[in-house]
Amino acid sequence: MTHAAAVHHTSMGLDSRKMAFWAFIGSECLLFGSLISTYLIYKGKSVVGPYPHDILNIPFTSVSTFDLLMSSLMMVLALAAVQRGDLKWAKIWLFATAFLGILFLGGQVYEFSSFVREGLTLQTNLFGCTFFVLTGTHGAHVTVGVLWLLTLWVRALQGKLGPAQAVTVEISGLYWHFVDVVWIVIFTLVYLIQ
Amino acid sequence: MPETREHDHPNVGTYLRVAAILVILTVLEVGVFYVPAFHAVLVPTLLALSAVKFALVVLFYMHLKMDSRFFSFLFGGPLLLAVVVLVALLFLFFGQFTLRGAGVAGGGGG
Repeated sequence: MTHAAAVHHTSMGLDSRKMAFWAFIGSECLLFGSLISTYLIYKGKSVVGPYPHDILNIPFTSVSTFDLLMSSLMMVLALAAVQRGDLKWAKIWLFATAFLGILFLGGQVYEFSSFVREGLTLQTNLFGCTFFVLTGTHGAHVTVGVLWLLTLWVRALQGKLGPAQAVTVEISGLYWHFVDVVWIVIFTLVYLIQ
Repeated sequence: MPETREHDHPNVGTYLRVAAILVILTVLEVGVFYVPAFHAVLVPTLLALSAVKFALVVLFYMHLKMDSRFFSFLFGGPLLLAVVVLVALLFLFFGQFTLRGAGVAGGGGG
């Protein structure tokens, strides 16, 4: 299938895949908006500990935040490489993005397991319930993003990722950057404003 | 109108500059959190820094600054709705507590 045959334009001249994906991201805003609202409404209403200030590790999470920000940089560098047909660097940046995503997930697994060891679970209190649901949902999104990136990386290894597929990479980048901006909000509202 | 305007996308230099600003803002966020002098203005400062980081990623990395305005509408509409719902819920829950507290105080005074 040629690139021209694969591209579908809307009557507005926009790529229908990008339009659909932006609509999806809009719906994701509402999903995370509801989860963040729930967290904030129940904030400070736990009657038993552990409480946020007892358990949240700001230095560790700051490193995770830096990691995710750098992964966003890797993603745009991957897109730029695909657009100019530089397959070698596209492979490197795509793998680097996925690797940083995996590192972030590893950090989240470590954080969650240490919280459980310290007595915070989904059932412990309102903080535990809303915290795990919010950050767990974000982590699930990161997991999907990593799998998507690794798929693109494999396609790049097979030599099937050129400038004709730039929109495909751009859409995966939109998803990845959205996951990043959600974390920017979570880091501030959950971790820094206690 | 072409659907993808790769030639309008920022160049690598812009991506790197945005990344540097994001790192600086993150360092500022963590710094503000730890410096006691900032605790009086901690919440507005953190919210402002977070909003700038959010905007930088959306405008430059997600290309909303250069892409079709319709994409901005598709993203900005639900985002605005989410923020309005969030603020309304916070006002509903925490406003209720404030009014109840004021009512108790008023009753005690009477």
